[in-house]
Amino acid sequence: MNAIRTLLAAACVALLATPVVAAGGGKEAPARQWAHSGLFGTFDRAALRRGARVYMEVCSACHGLRLVAYRNLMEIGFSENEVKKISAEKEVPAEPNDDGEVELRPALPADKFVSPFNNENAARAANGGAYPPDLSLIVKARPGGADYLHALLTGYKDEAPAGVTVPEGMNYNEYFAGNMIAMAAPLSEEAVEYADGTKATVEQMSEDVSVFLAWAAEPELEERKRMGIKVILFLLVLTGLLYVVKRRIWADVH
Amino acid sequence: MADTDGAQAPEHGHEGGTRRDFLQLATGAFAAVGGAAVAWPFIQQMNPAADTLALATVEVDISAVEVGQAIKVKWRGVPVFIRHRTKAEIDAANAVKPDDLIDPEEDGARAQKPEWLILVGVCTHLGCIPLGTSQGETKGEFDGWFCPCHGSHYDTSGRIRKGPAPKNLPVPEHTFVSDTLVKIG
Amino acid sequence: MSKFQKPAWLDNGLVRWVDHRLPVFSFMSHELYEYPTPRNLNYWWNFGSLAGIVLVIMIVTGITLAMHYTPSTALAFDSVERIMRDVNYGWLIRYIHMNGASMFFIVIYIHIFRGLYFGSYKAPREILWMLGVVILLLMMATAFMGYVLPWGQMSFWGATVITNLFSAIPWGIGDWIVTLLWGGFAVDNPTLNRFFSLHYLLPFVIVGVVVLHIWALHVHGSNNPIGIDTKGEQDVLPFHPYYTVKDMFGLGVFLIVFALFIFFAPNYMGHPDNYIPANALSTPAHIVPEWYFLPFYAILRAVPDNFIGGWTTEWLGFIIFEAKLAGVLAMFGAIAVLFVLPWLDRSPVRSSRFRPMYKWFFWIFAIDCVVLGYMGALPAEGIYIVIGRIATVYYFAHFLVVLPLLAKVEKTRELPKSISEPVLGGGGIAAGAAAKPMEKA
Repeated sequence: MNAIRTLLAAACVALLATPVVAAGGGKEAPARQWAHSGLFGTFDRAALRRGARVYMEVCSACHGLRLVAYRNLMEIGFSENEVKKISAEKEVPAEPNDDGEVELRPALPADKFVSPFNNENAARAANGGAYPPDLSLIVKARPGGADYLHALLTGYKDEAPAGVTVPEGMNYNEYFAGNMIAMAAPLSEEAVEYADGTKATVEQMSEDVSVFLAWAAEPELEERKRMGIKVILFLLVLTGLLYVVKRRIWADVH
Repeated sequence: MADTDGAQAPEHGHEGGTRRDFLQLATGAFAAVGGAAVAWPFIQQMNPAADTLALATVEVDISAVEVGQAIKVKWRGVPVFIRHRTKAEIDAANAVKPDDLIDPEEDGARAQKPEWLILVGVCTHLGCIPLGTSQGETKGEFDGWFCPCHGSHYDTSGRIRKGPAPKNLPVPEHTFVSDTLVKIG
Repeated sequence: MSKFQKPAWLDNGLVRWVDHRLPVFSFMSHELYEYPTPRNLNYWWNFGSLAGIVLVIMIVTGITLAMHYTPSTALAFDSVERIMRDVNYGWLIRYIHMNGASMFFIVIYIHIFRGLYFGSYKAPREILWMLGVVILLLMMATAFMGYVLPWGQMSFWGATVITNLFSAIPWGIGDWIVTLLWGGFAVDNPTLNRFFSLHYLLPFVIVGVVVLHIWALHVHGSNNPIGIDTKGEQDVLPFHPYYTVKDMFGLGVFLIVFALFIFFAPNYMGHPDNYIPANALSTPAHIVPEWYFLPFYAILRAVPDNFIGGWTTEWLGFIIFEAKLAGVLAMFGAIAVLFVLPWLDRSPVRSSRFRPMYKWFFWIFAIDCVVLGYMGALPAEGIYIVIGRIATVYYFAHFLVVLPLLAKVEKTRELPKSISEPVLGGGGIAAGAAAKPMEKA
């Protein structure tokens, strides 16, 4: 059917016409094959658990995860008791008490991850003027997503290329926009101890925490793809049926 | 122009009318199933969201509530009354014969531990909050709670004794995690 | 009247009772069962009804999202994330709405270019066309304000840049308007609140104009690929079931494409920066509007700083234009010129099939629009500025120079006698002489 082909061609043109987002100065992160990429991809559960550990033991010292609740950890395989223990290590302001004073109480699973700093100014003051961004949406908020995170975490160079001077308090990273990043290489070999016995290399931890943050940004990913497959299959059948019905109704016109 | 021609709409053409009708019917039914499936998320989005459900259970520390005192805690958007009952109040609750009540119920079926009475503090008439929890508030004719909106009186077991309310104050699902910690919901 | 029968259900007792008091069923019968539609419409004609369906999808998902969204600078971003994370199927509804905006523009742009190719804007359909342009303007306003609501970085800075366009109006009027739009000294909470209010309102205004658009359409009926008027019953078909089923099939194909975006590339057409909460103290490195505004954005940036300043002042002595104003005027002019298109293109032949020269210029124009789109996405520097300017000049030249000239110089091909003639191989009626172009129906 000629007309269908033109329709599809039009859709393709529309796709191609969408401009590529220009990268901001750093090297483009190489595309990786994640367990959660592709039409049927799902998150690597073990990596999620390890990545959560990396976030909580390393990243969370400076970076918040304010849109994710502790209870959400149960969706990636943490038990209720584990989650209670994790949340109880942090404190949040309670309701005003009978004297009107706001005391701190241990965080509950229903609470969101407690950010390390109360506000941006406090964060900057503690980090030499740089602001460690919240990581809840970081995978969606950076071109390249998890690829970029992984590349950034493994992209630190001890020595900047010849001719490039790295200012005091900055570090050279191939993938960061402008190459100068205030965050020092956050991961070092065996920085965390994995419960499942996996060797905590920088490469391994970068991968794991990228998976964890991909989940933090898109917790609906698995459900979305599962539903998508069903919807597309349904629509294919329906459209096929409609095509046959259309052909038959038009049979006496052509 | 002939009217006989018009009796046959053009969609019922010359060949295999029944097979075509079946196909159209099947397609229509298939599309209808799809339509119904689409409606589901749009209805479901009105139900409580995950963060709302996460607050559906609260744990309350009751160690500071003295005998004879009561506290109010917020649970699922409504007050829950937790009263540390005195011996006299427990006895008064047990002294009544359930059959004489508007909404017959044993006190023992309402309080898991006799000294602790836990109630949803919403009048079963039209949803006002009965008085009687905080000190100094009127407790009504039966020394329990009194709803000021339309004058319902509840006894020391939270049972309706007088007034327009049809039911006893409901007891929320709760478990004692320990002697001093109760989980509601 | 063999083909155009009132449906049997019109004889039902209840239907007749209602119809006698409120003739909704007669109306349906008239506009669907008895409405004559050219028999030769191709699939490009699907996009009108498709646009109507997308509008309904947008309104339904939009109303649903409004049940959970909070229009306050402190809460807007987080309330959207709550929709994505906590509300039941919230992610689905938001992704439908978000990608629906893009799909709406894809459908509408195809619909517009179909009109351009087949001359659908010509007499007697000028008002139909102009109402369409009004719908496009309303859609652009609605989409722009909707994009502000999630209160991300692109929301905030898009709102800042676009509202600042009005400051180009001279004599202090512009600044007054901008302050009025903002309700403050910058884009802030009052701005967000009113944008939400208007974003909720405008779709219903669009529905109103769509009703007028369809009303105008049904006066003379659809144009068709040949572009000649229908001559009689052999040229037309009842809308139902022929075009209802064809539209349904087209809808199925469209929904597959739509679903691929929603479920497998939901953020493909968005910008990552909008997942960073708005920050009034730091502008993103590249501010780019959503893709559907890019051609207009390119036109806005194409006007050189000294262009109008030195040029128009000589012509219109008393008006002191700023370059910014010139850019803004060019951008709005790009749409305004569509309003007068029916009077710029005076060729008596509608369809490109019989206009050998126009056909070429149509495609050049289409490519020009795509080029403008690319330039709008690229940083305004070096060669891109030059390309952007050439493409902008050509955009206007197409309407203001090419089309009026073509009407004079083009030798059009001979038109068929009737629609059924090429379809049925000459078995049409004795309609007499060859069809004159654009006869009054």
